[in-house]
Amino acid sequence: MSLLEIRNLTVEFRTASGLFRAVDSVDVTVENGDLLAIVGESGSGKSVSMLAVMGLLPWTANITADKMEFDGHDLRSLSAKARRQIVGKDISMIFQEPMSSLNPCFNVGYQIKETLRIHMGMGRRERHTRAVELMTQVGIPDPEKRLSAFPHQMSGGMSQRVMIAMALACKPKLLIADEPTTALDVTIQAQILDLLTDLQETTDMALILITHDMGVVAETVDRVMVQYAGQRVEEQMVDKLFANPHHPYTTALLAALPERAQSRHLPTIPGVVPGQFDRPQGCLFSPRCQFADARCKSQPPGRAGQELGSVLCHYPLVDGAPLNKEAS
Amino acid sequence: MLLFLLRRLSTFLPTFLGVTVVSFAFVRLLPGDPILLLAGERGVSPERYAQLLAKFGFDQPLWRQYIEYLGGVLSGDFGVSFSTKRPVLDEFFTLFPATLELSITAMILAVALGIPAGVIAAVNRGKLFDQALMTTALIGYSMPIFWWALLLIITFSSGLGWTPVSGRISLMFFFDDVTGFMLIDSLLSGQKGAFASAVSHLILPTIVLATIPLAVIARQTRSAMLEVLGEDYVRTARAKGLSPARVNGIHALRNAMIPVITVIGLSVGTLLAGAILTETIFSWPGIGKWMVDSIFRRDYQAVQGGLMLIAAIVMIVNLIVDLLYGFINPKIRKG
Repeated sequence: MSLLEIRNLTVEFRTASGLFRAVDSVDVTVENGDLLAIVGESGSGKSVSMLAVMGLLPWTANITADKMEFDGHDLRSLSAKARRQIVGKDISMIFQEPMSSLNPCFNVGYQIKETLRIHMGMGRRERHTRAVELMTQVGIPDPEKRLSAFPHQMSGGMSQRVMIAMALACKPKLLIADEPTTALDVTIQAQILDLLTDLQETTDMALILITHDMGVVAETVDRVMVQYAGQRVEEQMVDKLFANPHHPYTTALLAALPERAQSRHLPTIPGVVPGQFDRPQGCLFSPRCQFADARCKSQPPGRAGQELGSVLCHYPLVDGAPLNKEAS
Repeated sequence: MLLFLLRRLSTFLPTFLGVTVVSFAFVRLLPGDPILLLAGERGVSPERYAQLLAKFGFDQPLWRQYIEYLGGVLSGDFGVSFSTKRPVLDEFFTLFPATLELSITAMILAVALGIPAGVIAAVNRGKLFDQALMTTALIGYSMPIFWWALLLIITFSSGLGWTPVSGRISLMFFFDDVTGFMLIDSLLSGQKGAFASAVSHLILPTIVLATIPLAVIARQTRSAMLEVLGEDYVRTARAKGLSPARVNGIHALRNAMIPVITVIGLSVGTLLAGAILTETIFSWPGIGKWMVDSIFRRDYQAVQGGLMLIAAIVMIVNLIVDLLYGFINPKIRKG
């Protein structure tokens, strides 16, 4: 049994101008101790699918799935109360903006200890000991004193460490990190990523890293899922993905990495992710794809086998060249 | 913190000085001559008139009167009321507990109902409860207070006979002032039924006086909560698996309290102003009624003293509110 298993998850938002599909039949499988990255640019629905798992979407969201199980619990049928006993304990999440994710009115100690009290029922002294231990674990100097600090007295990197300490408080089986380093500067980014991977190794929890940064992915995770316009377009182990990306979108993302640039100008992907009103008929990536033909623009592609990274494309790329193209 | 306090105090003094000028000038702008009013229908001879002018110092130029008055105020002497011949300060503090008692009960009612109502409305935004509450609040806010008071009196006092029409306590009871608060004094007196009588006299004036602050607090709480509920830290609180009561009532509400306590502080001014109408309608022997009577008698000393003391109270309350900001949100302490 997988730790997290999601089949055919679709999330639609009810908006004033009709339904907007943010996540489109996505499958996610995470085993104990897995290290998975979900990659995609803004608007590709990477956060939304994970917020759906956490039950943090607003009431305007319609969530449907064939299967949505965490650690044996069916998240679709779980009552709000039963779900709250899992969320924050066995699955926890950290967010993009550490500075605004901590409550400015309460000191750090209160915010960490609150989780310990609610989920673990620890006594006052026990909570304090555990909080100090957690602060030490995430590398905060002078933890005893820092517990009484307020969020505005800390830097972004420190705040993110506190968020991580809070998320680890109840020894979760799964940690979802939603662009944890986007708001931080580069040196701090590396420190936080190192911290996350170290913690993942030492505690044996699974980690899902949501990011738009392929550079981060390369150094951090084992497995990568590429999401585009709410769809899972490709999934491979990280080394294979970097060596031989099968989806034109993945290829384009990798080509846009400064480290991999071959000319003086950094390649970019023209256009933006389709929104509510400009959703293409066929393949969602076709308007921006350099390999797209008439078939791509009119028919939605089927999914390829695992040997091709379960890619969602009419002409999966193999070693940079589209497959089956001549045949059609 | 000390620096913050000192900085706030430094604006306090000039404001208070401004208040003395305004209240001094205001009573003198009122049409009507205090000495003629004091003399009554029989009138007064020109010699006696001049004599009285001199006695009260009204023959002096205005600036001189003001300086003398200010000197008195700063040394704690607010002058003597023309009509009762008692020091203004004594008069004020004899009547003030009645107003304070009414204001406190009204404020408790407004806060105790307004904040939860605003929170529930914000959490259920756009649903029936929210719309019903906001409509009610708007009606409460825009209703003329005297009319609302009369409506309540007609319904509950004359119609149903549930509550008394006026006063602080039934005439059957008599006991000494200890604290000046009827609720406490009636309990202390140990007389059977006295407390119940005091409570029944308080109900309608409290409701009337609380109406506007209640509406304002409920609306302000709702809008502050709506803003806060979209914040990242509220999502964090939910991601921690906290119950909705904790998320909304602790994590969100504490952040939403800043604008709410601001309007609570400002409502104290509204309450004291509202007390003038409410006390007049319910014959409540407080400073509101006293001020109205003093204005009709052109009792300069009483009116200007009363204005000043009320202004000082409002200013002190708002100073306390400013200090509370820092306790609620430590981030503000720095600024």
